[in-house]
Amino acid sequence: MSDDGSLGELGPLSLHVPEPAVRPGGAPDFSNVELDEAGAIRRPEVDANPEDIRDLAFSIIRVLSRDGEAVGPWAGLLTDDQLIEGLRHMMTLRTFDARMQIAQRQGKTSFYMQHLGEEAVSCAFRKALAPGDMNFPTYRQAGLLIADDYPMVEMMCQIYSNERDPLKGRQLPIMYSSKEHGFFSISGNLATQYIQAVGWAMASAIKHDTKIAAGWIGDGSTAESDFHASLVFASTYKAPIVLNIVNNQWAISTFQGIARGGSGTFAARGLGFGIPALRVDGNDYLAVFAVAKWAIERARRNLGPTLIEYVTYRAGAHSTSDDPSAYRPKTESDAWPLGDPIIRLKNHLIGRGVWSDDRHKQTEAEILDTVVAAQKEAESFGTLHAGGKPSARDMFEGVYEEMPPHLRRQRQQAGV
Amino acid sequence: MPRKTMIEAIRDAMDIMMERDDNVVVFGEDVGFFGGVFRCTQGLQAKYGKTRCFDAPISEAGIVGAAIGMAAYGLKPCIEIQFADYVYPAYDQIVSEAARLRYRSNGDFTCPIVVRMPVGGGIFGGQTHSQSPEALFTHVSGLKVVVPSNPHDAKGLLISAIEDPDPVIFLEPKRLYNGPFDGHYDRPVTPWSKHDLGEVPDGHYTVPLGKAIKRREGSKLTILAYGTMVYVAEAAAEEHGIDAEIIDLRTLLPLDLETIIESVSKTGRCVVVHEATLTSGFGAELAALVQEHCFYKLEAPVARVTGWDTPYPHAQEWDYFPGPLRLGRALVETLEG
Repeated sequence: MSDDGSLGELGPLSLHVPEPAVRPGGAPDFSNVELDEAGAIRRPEVDANPEDIRDLAFSIIRVLSRDGEAVGPWAGLLTDDQLIEGLRHMMTLRTFDARMQIAQRQGKTSFYMQHLGEEAVSCAFRKALAPGDMNFPTYRQAGLLIADDYPMVEMMCQIYSNERDPLKGRQLPIMYSSKEHGFFSISGNLATQYIQAVGWAMASAIKHDTKIAAGWIGDGSTAESDFHASLVFASTYKAPIVLNIVNNQWAISTFQGIARGGSGTFAARGLGFGIPALRVDGNDYLAVFAVAKWAIERARRNLGPTLIEYVTYRAGAHSTSDDPSAYRPKTESDAWPLGDPIIRLKNHLIGRGVWSDDRHKQTEAEILDTVVAAQKEAESFGTLHAGGKPSARDMFEGVYEEMPPHLRRQRQQAGV
Repeated sequence: MPRKTMIEAIRDAMDIMMERDDNVVVFGEDVGFFGGVFRCTQGLQAKYGKTRCFDAPISEAGIVGAAIGMAAYGLKPCIEIQFADYVYPAYDQIVSEAARLRYRSNGDFTCPIVVRMPVGGGIFGGQTHSQSPEALFTHVSGLKVVVPSNPHDAKGLLISAIEDPDPVIFLEPKRLYNGPFDGHYDRPVTPWSKHDLGEVPDGHYTVPLGKAIKRREGSKLTILAYGTMVYVAEAAAEEHGIDAEIIDLRTLLPLDLETIIESVSKTGRCVVVHEATLTSGFGAELAALVQEHCFYKLEAPVARVTGWDTPYPHAQEWDYFPGPLRLGRALVETLEG
């Protein structure tokens, strides 16, 4: 400032508020998404020095080419049968989502969240884990359960909060929990589970176990302070963990630029903590599996944490309470350059000569039958407002291992 | 019987539990090599190794969040927040996660952690080394909240807390670490070695959670106190010649309501005392419960003597701290009421 108090040549300050490239009414534009060709990105050894692979945080590892061929150093890990199984898992999750979405519209439950477009991420990751490993998922990784053959009826009973709900009606729909299936109890509070996953991994290391943990977070929630704490702890203690960021471009109505700030990628966040970071095509089942396997092996060999950013697109609404047409172009998902994970794997399998349109249609019908049958069974135990429900007594149980006197008094007052 | 300070008693409890149970781990800021800023974990790292007792980054949410994950794995973390005044960054992890994990997962996952933190004033700690945030925890379903007032209880309660299957907030009045304190700041402090409650048995013993204890028998009035205020209550009753019954609550949640009702039903008068601020403090819950359960036995309104509804000041320490003079006046008023 000059002596007379004027700014001289400096103009006044202004606040920068990032905006997505396009809003409703505009033509979808993903020209800012820089894509690498399938097969173009190298596959380092799992014990690579984090400093030597910094470039992997700024590229996108892809296996499936435009023609549907599996190419490059990350290809060749899965058999035909495993790929067909993967396709079935993704199709099952999509069908499950569609049925539950309708069930919510029919008033059979209060709430639902779909995975539309993100099926490859959780379905493929699950197959790279070993029994006993623990996921700390968000609300958008039900593929971890589907791909581990968790009973669909149980999932639906949880969604319906009915008399067979494994969580006794205490939790909002989709907040599943299954220790047996390596699926940590979901919380509504974002990012909290990320640091818990690090703690779980530290515990496994403290006990000289061989199990590893996987943390999950969305692009928006990386802005939470628990994300920062997680990276510090994972790095400091070299915890056996895979830190997953699912970048689906949107946090409800907020585009990912608001959470990412000026940094190049979400993966790059790991570099400042000395954590090797990879970016992967989240709609490429083969690439997701290959990268997951790499990171899981690193963790299992006690080489420390890895951060993975899955680049994908939230094709559906945020939840049944959301209308995306209010903040993004209606056809934006069609323009998403990484396409649809199911169609891409389907085309790959057809190209391999082990799948066909007819088989796909037939499988679709079979899956629908299975999901509908599960739904019927689940509904026989009640839905949110009809049929069997958890007892009001259950409301007072499980706050503590043993019910303290004040809760016993309140249960008595409630007349249950 | 050996006499110990509260610091030594707390350290002894962790030592014993680490010895007995391989799943007990201790960590926090400066807790490892250095042994804690209050020396509560001194020697534990040397004895049990770096993976059982270690230093943590300065991240309260990280410390509690990691402990929750460890507990979900099957460990029993006993962690430290350096001052209760600094627990707020971890509040989400404590309230939304630790307290609710058993409930929301229907017992699929549980959270047997202990979160130790020094609380309370009377040490010229100013705004951020003096707070008593117990009411922020007693309002949370799923937590247990403990405040010991002497070395014997501190050890027994901490062992109970570590063995407890649910999350326990363990608040340690730092003013009592080296000796009892009755609010007479102008008198020399007595060390625990000169006090009967400094007698701490060797080895494993427990003081049950959820049980209060009568520190003084009396017939005219009941004082409900915990932490440092137990000694302030003793001094105030003594100095004003009041036949008061003093109950040291020891556990605030779950609360030993039976002992409270029994005492107030006998005396017909009740004064609640705590260092924490008045409005919506734990005293409000105590006063409400006494009113609800002892209404027809009460001969005077339930009085509350607490910190003022201000941040904890520095220079005005003794105008803020509810000492024996202020409490004594309330006792007299309640007796005459």
